[in-house]
Amino acid sequence: MNVAVIDYDAGNTLSVTRALKKVGARVDLTADPERVAAADAVVLPGVGAFGDCMRKLHERGMDQACHETFRAGKPFLGVCVALQVFFEVSEESPGVQGLGILPGRVVRFDVGDLKVPHMGWNDLTLTRSHPVLDGLDGEAFYFVHSYYPEPKETAVVLGTSEYGTKFCAAAGRENLAAVQFHPEKSSLAGLKLYENFLDWARGL
Amino acid sequence: MGLKVRIIPCLDVDAGRVVKGTRFKDLRDAGDPVELAALYDREGADEIVFYDITASHEDRDTATTLARRAAEEVFIPYTIGGGVRTVQDMRAMLRAGADKVSINSAAVRTPDLINEGAERFGSQCVVLSVDVKRAESGKPSGKPNGKPGWEVYLNGGRLNTEMDAVEWLVEGERRGAGEFVLNSMDSDGTESGYDLDLISEVASKTGLPIIASGGAGHPGHMVSAVRAGASAVLAASIFHFGEYSIAEVKEALGEAGVPVR
Repeated sequence: MNVAVIDYDAGNTLSVTRALKKVGARVDLTADPERVAAADAVVLPGVGAFGDCMRKLHERGMDQACHETFRAGKPFLGVCVALQVFFEVSEESPGVQGLGILPGRVVRFDVGDLKVPHMGWNDLTLTRSHPVLDGLDGEAFYFVHSYYPEPKETAVVLGTSEYGTKFCAAAGRENLAAVQFHPEKSSLAGLKLYENFLDWARGL
Repeated sequence: MGLKVRIIPCLDVDAGRVVKGTRFKDLRDAGDPVELAALYDREGADEIVFYDITASHEDRDTATTLARRAAEEVFIPYTIGGGVRTVQDMRAMLRAGADKVSINSAAVRTPDLINEGAERFGSQCVVLSVDVKRAESGKPSGKPNGKPGWEVYLNGGRLNTEMDAVEWLVEGERRGAGEFVLNSMDSDGTESGYDLDLISEVASKTGLPIIASGGAGHPGHMVSAVRAGASAVLAASIFHFGEYSIAEVKEALGEAGVPVR
């Protein structure tokens, strides 16, 4: 089974690739939309600003590759800002359209005295069961972010965390799952998530 | 619920090997840094700090190599520090796989490094680290009320700037640092506890996460540091020489009501 990691100059690409390899994936780190189309499963990493991320995806034709991956029904995992770009718009980058596969918008933390970015280890509470998050309810994961998605439909929320407010930390529908935290920096729980993703991809 | 208090083993690295000095002298060898970091990851460490202690005055490439090697085996965030002088050095570490870069002497010499690092890579990548010692009463950095304060030392503690540490950290926050490592040279290597006055003073004057460093001898010291205002506790000797495991530290903190992973 061949996992494509979309290479579009995102900061965590290498650590995502290494974590996938650690749990036994054959990884194709690629900037070529055709190789994404040829893969059995796809991972979209991400670090940085919403607008920057969409621009880089668009420049490489990877926004279309993301839509095609979703339409083709392939197991599709998004990490960190990749969760955000699956939504429609973000307060971070007004006027920029996201991929819009998940309905809703992305907002900035407004949490009084708490520091933004939300950086560190925080608990994930599952709100729906999902193969990618199997066995991970109540585990702590490593977060670094200032924005979070507000989905229009609660049905797409897979898990939440709390930082001044309860926020959507994992979302998905059909063959798509995405997480706000960094599984590749979340030790054993994070490696388990990537392992779950591979199992899910093999079983679909 | 909210963020966990982080337990951070610190690995001082010289020529690719882990060392831990008592008061920065008398160094002892404790193994391969990447292997040790991977072990701490599996044991439950929340983050790793690598300090390349020779870097202030010797070759820089060893630290980049270390950052790259760690990326293969360590699946928690890690910081590289020691001798980072320029934005190019910072970029090299981050590209090699480090999550954060710690700057110390270079930030004092070129404070704009903090601003530039924060603008280019984000504040969350910029750790401002200080080596401080209590000033003697009556020295210029002493507070008007007679409290002597702390002075900033450079080059791994070899050079006293006579700058007031708290004022420097307030400036560092304003310039865009993401968090602080407060290393008390008075406590470092003594295993007699963190400098709690320093932690509470900095916590009252700044809003950034504080990583307490220097003096951890047992988990109770870490509980005290958290109560004084630290968001994370860094330690070396007690972990490297097996006095306490990460799990034992976390259990003790958990029992004291400190949120840990």
